[in-house]
Amino acid sequence: MEHIQRRPAGVARASSGLMDGLQRWLPKLVVAPTFVLVGIGIYGYMLWTGVLSFTSSSFLPSYDFIGLGQYAKLMESERWLVASKNLAIFGGLFIVSCLLIGVALAIFLDQRIRQEGAIRTIYLYPMALSMIVTGTVWRWILNPRLGLEKLMHDWGWTSFSFDWLVDSDLAIYTIVMAAVWQASGFVMALFLAGLRGVDSSIIRAARVDGASLPVIYCRIILPSLRPVFFSSVMVLAHIAIKSFDLVMAMTAGGPGYSTDLPAVFMYSHTFTRGQMGLGSASAMLMLGAILALLVPYLYSELREKRHD
Amino acid sequence: MKQCKRHLTALAVSAILLPASAVKAGEVEVLHWWTAGGEARAAAALKEMMEKQGHSWKDFAVAGGGGEAAMTVLKTRAVSGNPPAAAQIKGLDIREWAELGFLTNLDSVADSENWDRLIPPMISDVMKYEGEYVAVPVNVHRVNWLWVNPEVMEDAGVEIPATLEEFFEVADTLKAEGYIPLAHGGQPWQDATVFDAVALAELGPDDYRKAFVDHDMDVINSEKMETVFSQFARVMSYVDEDAAGRDWNTATGMVIRGEAAMQIMGDWAKGEFSAADLTPGEDYLCAPAPGTEGQFTFNVDSFAMFSLTEEDDIKAQKDLARTILEPEFQTLFNQNKGSIPVRTDMDMGDFDTCAQASMETFRSSAEDGGLVPSFSHGLATTSYIQGQIFDVVTNFVNDRNPDPAKTTDQLAAAIQSAL
Repeated sequence: MEHIQRRPAGVARASSGLMDGLQRWLPKLVVAPTFVLVGIGIYGYMLWTGVLSFTSSSFLPSYDFIGLGQYAKLMESERWLVASKNLAIFGGLFIVSCLLIGVALAIFLDQRIRQEGAIRTIYLYPMALSMIVTGTVWRWILNPRLGLEKLMHDWGWTSFSFDWLVDSDLAIYTIVMAAVWQASGFVMALFLAGLRGVDSSIIRAARVDGASLPVIYCRIILPSLRPVFFSSVMVLAHIAIKSFDLVMAMTAGGPGYSTDLPAVFMYSHTFTRGQMGLGSASAMLMLGAILALLVPYLYSELREKRHD
Repeated sequence: MKQCKRHLTALAVSAILLPASAVKAGEVEVLHWWTAGGEARAAAALKEMMEKQGHSWKDFAVAGGGGEAAMTVLKTRAVSGNPPAAAQIKGLDIREWAELGFLTNLDSVADSENWDRLIPPMISDVMKYEGEYVAVPVNVHRVNWLWVNPEVMEDAGVEIPATLEEFFEVADTLKAEGYIPLAHGGQPWQDATVFDAVALAELGPDDYRKAFVDHDMDVINSEKMETVFSQFARVMSYVDEDAAGRDWNTATGMVIRGEAAMQIMGDWAKGEFSAADLTPGEDYLCAPAPGTEGQFTFNVDSFAMFSLTEEDDIKAQKDLARTILEPEFQTLFNQNKGSIPVRTDMDMGDFDTCAQASMETFRSSAEDGGLVPSFSHGLATTSYIQGQIFDVVTNFVNDRNPDPAKTTDQLAAAIQSAL
């Protein structure tokens, strides 16, 4: 017994220097590929896109620098203005509606109702679908000759009309509808988790002080969920700015280009119209928009950590 | 003895290998997106013809997106110095690739096969860069067709309209009878396809070329163009309200089912009619788009040939270029695709009546100057300018109060900004 034990101990002592080294290096080694990939695949190409946005690149990259020409062209482009305006409408309505619906659903679900698990799954389920599927389904539902309007007509309500999808002024709102349907369950799940984490003794104390349930929610619980609120806005804002597949599946930017979003604009100019420089410039502006959201958020997060 | 045997083996092996390497056939790698239906059959036939000549064919088919996916792959391959032998590149894009020095000179084949005599100069111009052939045309589509359901027309008691004014009268009658006069899908390229036909009818071939090929501002920013837009708005007013986003073949389906009477679309629409087992000239009719009788808006598919290094591969590439324009392939391919051969000297006996009519107009318009490149399908101008025109046209279609004068200014500004 003694004999057996002694030998591994000896081996361990001999290789302990190596093990120590390995232990120090192993984490770095394991993480290194990821760092390289992220460094090249994300930040490297971000830089390259930035460089291309200052060139006259047409359908292949070139390095003929023309300063801010592409940005100037972008600002004059009617279509880019429509895309930006649509992003404001879409992003604003999408984030606000998702938050309102998500919070409301979370609060209702938090009332210890029966079958909570099943209902929660139902509301969360749209998130499991890809945007392409969501877009296609909603395109069919909202198509006047195929979906809701036809159904109502077939049921005898012939004056019913819901043709937002083919109306160039209103089509962007149908995209909001589909996106809200998809994402509000996710916001609900985030808030539900937050609500479950609120200390029940605080609520009981407020009850003792005679506060009604709405007051408790508005004054105590929701303010304590500020971090959840922040994360939700961050996630939703990202979804909004990069939105591409939903628009492509639902309207392909139409009617005309009335439902163009910046991502759709970027794709069609870079890859279909051979305007890589202009496309890169629009991609850089989208990056700018995301940074404008991200930097204040990161700043506030990091500052809080320092306080701790 | 043993050593002798080894020598013999070596000799036998080299005997097998040597002749094989001596006739080592070239390989052609062909990038295309003919992956479905008749187009796929045609591509398979081309492959067989190449293999019969002793070359090997490497298929590089990238499906989807009307070639957008394929273009992205092609760019990556070309930039990394490994382009395929041939790629399906069309219209003015050929010139852009040639400008970057990727394409090879096909003049030796063109001279020996007499391409200049076989192909109308309007089309061979598109295939050339600085006077040298760099691409081979495969087929010719006519874009300015009007597809008609004769039963609907008979029921409403109207004839096929020959001019735009007649079209408006016919359409009014059809509307009163409860039919949708014009089947259409509200996608930018389809809007542009109809605009293409109306512009040709109103401007005539000379001004059409000045506007969309030469971008002559005197024509683009003129009262004539305002008339084009106002006529276009009138044509589009006969489209049903739910057209937005509809695919072109769904619109063709409306004509087939008799919900709609007519559709302005290129001759690829024939595929939809054939798939429904209809006979041209009986179950459905093809006529020139109103006001464009005797004129021909062409849309040509082509293969651009890339510079290669291997001697054998270059030979295979040249054989491919030659084979594509040979009558055998031209007949087979175009019967499958619904288009007509590029060669004007072909016997059209085996083709259907619409293709025969198309060829007749193709020949006559090549003589009298009625042959124009379709801007809506990338034959007249760069993809950037084309896109700018699309934006203006589709915006006009979807505007609730379309203003021809304002839109003409926008068109001029849009083209100017892209020049």
